[in-house]
Amino acid sequence: MLMYVVRRLLQAVPVVIGTTFLIYFMVFAMPGDPILAMFGDKTPNQATYDALAAQYHLDQPFLVQYGLYMKDLFSGNLGTTFSGQSVGEVLARTFPVTLKLAAMAIALEFSLAVILGLFAGLRKGKLFDNVTLVIGLVMLSVPIFVLGFLAQYFVAIKWGWASPTVGSDTSIANMWLPAVVLALSLFTTSMRLMRGTVIDTRSRDFVRTAYAKGLPGRRVIPVHVLRNSLIPVVTNSAANFGVLMVGATVTEGIFNVPGVGNTLYQAIIRGEGPTVVSFVTVMVLAYVVINILVDLLYAVLDPRIRYA
Amino acid sequence: MTQETTPVTDSAEPLVSIKDLEIGFQTGNGFVQAVKGVSFDIFPGETVAIVGESGSGKSTTATGIIDLLPSNGRITGGQVMFGGKDLTKASKQEIVRVRGREIGYVPQDPMSNLNPVWSVGFQVREAVLANNMAKNKKDADRRAIEVLQEAGLADAERRMKQFPHQFSGGMRQRVLIGIGLAADPKLLIADEPTSALDVTVQRVILDHLESLTREKNTALLLITHDLGLAAERASKVIVMYQGKIVEAGPSLELLQNPQHPYTKRLIAAAPSLASQRLKSSRVVAEAPQGDEIDLAAASAHRHEVVEQADHAGTPAIEVKDLTKVFSIRRGSFRSEPFTAVDKVNFQVPRGTTMALVGESGSGKSTVAKMVLGLETATEGEILIGGKDATALNREEMLAHRRRMQPVFQDPYGSLDPMRSIGSIIQEPLDVHKIGGRKERENRVNEVIDEVALPRTVLSRYPNELSGGQRQRIAIARALALKPDVVILDEAVSALDVLVQAQILQLLADLQEELGLTYLFITHDLAVVRVVADDVAVMERGKIVEHGKVEDIFTNAQTEYTQKLLDAIPGANIPLGA
Amino acid sequence: MPKPEHFVAPFDENEMAEVDKVKLNEKPSNLWSDAWRSLRRRPLFYISLATVLVILLMALFPTLFTSVSPTDNCQLANSNGGPTEGHPMGFTRQGCDVYARVVWGARTSLAVGLLATAISGVVGVIMGALAGFYGGWVDSVLSRLGDIFFSIPYILAAVVVMSVLADYRSVWTLAFAIGGFAWASLARILRSEILRVKSGDFVMASIATGRTRFSTLVSHVLPNSITPVIVYLTLSLGGAIVAEATLSFLGVGLPTTVMSWGNDISAAQTSLRTAPMTLIWPSIFLTVTVLAFITLGELVRDALDPKARARG
Repeated sequence: MLMYVVRRLLQAVPVVIGTTFLIYFMVFAMPGDPILAMFGDKTPNQATYDALAAQYHLDQPFLVQYGLYMKDLFSGNLGTTFSGQSVGEVLARTFPVTLKLAAMAIALEFSLAVILGLFAGLRKGKLFDNVTLVIGLVMLSVPIFVLGFLAQYFVAIKWGWASPTVGSDTSIANMWLPAVVLALSLFTTSMRLMRGTVIDTRSRDFVRTAYAKGLPGRRVIPVHVLRNSLIPVVTNSAANFGVLMVGATVTEGIFNVPGVGNTLYQAIIRGEGPTVVSFVTVMVLAYVVINILVDLLYAVLDPRIRYA
Repeated sequence: MTQETTPVTDSAEPLVSIKDLEIGFQTGNGFVQAVKGVSFDIFPGETVAIVGESGSGKSTTATGIIDLLPSNGRITGGQVMFGGKDLTKASKQEIVRVRGREIGYVPQDPMSNLNPVWSVGFQVREAVLANNMAKNKKDADRRAIEVLQEAGLADAERRMKQFPHQFSGGMRQRVLIGIGLAADPKLLIADEPTSALDVTVQRVILDHLESLTREKNTALLLITHDLGLAAERASKVIVMYQGKIVEAGPSLELLQNPQHPYTKRLIAAAPSLASQRLKSSRVVAEAPQGDEIDLAAASAHRHEVVEQADHAGTPAIEVKDLTKVFSIRRGSFRSEPFTAVDKVNFQVPRGTTMALVGESGSGKSTVAKMVLGLETATEGEILIGGKDATALNREEMLAHRRRMQPVFQDPYGSLDPMRSIGSIIQEPLDVHKIGGRKERENRVNEVIDEVALPRTVLSRYPNELSGGQRQRIAIARALALKPDVVILDEAVSALDVLVQAQILQLLADLQEELGLTYLFITHDLAVVRVVADDVAVMERGKIVEHGKVEDIFTNAQTEYTQKLLDAIPGANIPLGA
Repeated sequence: MPKPEHFVAPFDENEMAEVDKVKLNEKPSNLWSDAWRSLRRRPLFYISLATVLVILLMALFPTLFTSVSPTDNCQLANSNGGPTEGHPMGFTRQGCDVYARVVWGARTSLAVGLLATAISGVVGVIMGALAGFYGGWVDSVLSRLGDIFFSIPYILAAVVVMSVLADYRSVWTLAFAIGGFAWASLARILRSEILRVKSGDFVMASIATGRTRFSTLVSHVLPNSITPVIVYLTLSLGGAIVAEATLSFLGVGLPTTVMSWGNDISAAQTSLRTAPMTLIWPSIFLTVTVLAFITLGELVRDALDPKARARG
């Protein structure tokens, strides 16, 4: 297990270097003045321009620029936002909110996916299976911002069941609607995967052997079918986090949740290139960390990895 | 059920009485009847074997008894009387109570029958607790260790915490036997319990199973495809064919005096039993009649041919000091060398068959791959027709491959499922750019005739053919280039006895007709007896014994070879006549 | 226990079949014809196929569906107006006909979706096939490269690219921004499928006949690994259309002058409280299109999975 952890961490090193390099490359290897390009049709004032030029070490050759940028990144200097705040400070304020929203969404998504997927798999081809399939596919097809707007319009504005914007009150009671929107936009892939795995696991030899031992169905299903089917669902949740990050950006924007996503959303909407790059970089690094955590969870769930 | 008027002794009352059992499956092509009215009794402590080919309904019958059929299977008629109750009409709870406690079950494939995410101890304890064999967890642990010790796991206590993937196949099968017997059932159903294991391990496990069931007076229902094994282990043998019982009786009597034509066919085709008949030095010269393939007759004939073969010329294959070292990953970062093939030497004279025999991991398939040029040799020489094949450029390699073609084991994996049969057979001709379109078509027609398949199959796809037919296609593809040498890597191992005999016969005919040289890789010594002229026995990368087939079979020099020979099921059953 | 009697079934009861007789169905069967046969039986297949065809027709020939111009004759007097005769879906905030804009918007959404999917398909198939088939250092290099791209959620990557390329936004740059970062999952899926397929004996047999490894990859391994690729591409076509809409919604997609469902939804959000239908109509078109594609993907997956069919 220790070896597995070490190996997994070592594997992350080229990924961290590669992703940051790629983002940096996308911004600074493009033709023209990268700082002007980041502002699009706006023009920064000279002070902002100079500050950015210094932050990104634009007087140095490209690779040196990247090296110095990485050094800054790892010493916690993440740059400043458009309005002059340090990115680090903004993160410290917004990250806990996003973490809370994401945790609520993931908990809901995972429960939905596992429970609906399990019963759909056990009742393959029956009404329940078909109904969840249709609902799932529709949820997968509706873009998250449409889902967000519809929820905001109907649930919050028309029916008044929730507040249309979250604002500074980030309690669970006040954030449930964006969390539900996020969960609904995510659960289909996991649910379908769960269903498929349950169908497959149920016909496995070891399940028949479990029945042959004299175990009743109420023990075989949770202990042998459900437990084994969780492994691919957990593994897949890593990819789901990527969707979650984009979803959180949009949802936080729509519901005005004061989180990391909303900061990015506002920066994108206002065309504040440097802030966008900083926050995308932070999100990508967070995603790399989440991927490692999911892989470790995978090892916990699957002894074949743990004791390889 | 108690009969007060006519008291009967315990032993006269059957433990299980199956009457007119009918089982069917709902498939894509409608409802298919798999078991069509099967009746038999099992008495307490008795060992009964059901023998049949795949599709005979033997496993379906066994799993039907305790309702372990796949979800599309259904019992459509008949009774399974057990302890005064008809199990086919029992409720779910009643069946759950019977499973494990009254009737245990040992499945076929040890690799897939333990749940990979739970420890072995957990899975044994589950069986103990499910059948009320323990009052609490501590008690259950003690009983589980006991169960594993009885099943022959020496360090059971330490092994409890380990996971299935840390066990070998034989060890896992012991665990499964332990689970099957955990609650001291009255009947144990063992469905091909050792078919996935090496012969020597197979023998040890079966011996152990036999002594355990005898000790506990457990009745045993043994399902097997191997007539020799059935006769050796069971007192009563039931032969099934196409969902029905064709013959049943005391095992020795059935084997020595088979009545039904199907049983006769099976016995004639079983290599393990055929070898015994060869020893009786009967020279059978009669031609095979219809489908009845008499391996003994066929092989006796071929041995005569080989006597006349020219042993003096350049050997078709010569292997000198062939060595293959793999680097095996140990843990995450280290790797260490592993010698899979260690200084192997042999020669195969033109027009003869040499068998390379060994258990899994002996390196026999690696030798085949090196000879075929699919794996590079670490050291040593491979001479094909006197020409070194280890250092060839691309063109020479192409020419080399034209002279030598393979047939692989898995009939379901060796043909590209996306290609039509015709294009599969024609592929070698295309690759080597032989002749025009017309010539290639003609050659494909020729070889399909040679392997005795109708030309109509050429436009079809592999999934429409049976395993044996696919293996014929693989042979046809190998023959398309008119090679001198054919490497047969476990080419008949996956086939049912009768089909196996048919393919062996075909190979023998082709060898005589076309003067082919075969390198025959197999784990099955019984087959070697009927197909090969020379044999080399491999153990852990080395050839431990090498010689003429007759010499090795009658007078093995090494203990290992003798062990392999002894493990052939049914080899020492005296056949009458 | 009584001595078992020797039972022999009557010989004629079981007709002895010829050993291993060739039995062929009337119709030849293989994976594709079987899949087609099972697809043809599902009404959902026809519904989604018809939807896709209608949308395609709309993208190619919008004038077949509407004679109203989506851009000219927009009158602010009609701003956010409800349905009137000849304008079944009402008017946008700019006073343009919603129905006409939705019909004309199909072209952009579909073009971005198809282009982005084609780009990620080509890159993903090449990377996955080479990594899976050749293994060794090729696999190490390509798989690590894939890990890097996999670690940047493709919409976030596209956000950065489109922010930097603010002056060059077009269908092409958007398609490259989405497709250029969406290939890593496909490469992973194909790689593991190729690992499975290449262990088959028919691959070894092909090399043993003298085929080169590359030729074996192209003629045997890829055709046998392509089903999950087809399924994935159908599903990701829907994903790419959603991505275009999301990026346009965020204001980093297509220029606002280009008609697309994403731009229309984005423009309508300010009028959500007063005229929700101007947002809902393009959303419905977008959702139905995506739904049609992913339903097709699910159906094809079902039809091509022989295990699922065998279990009935």
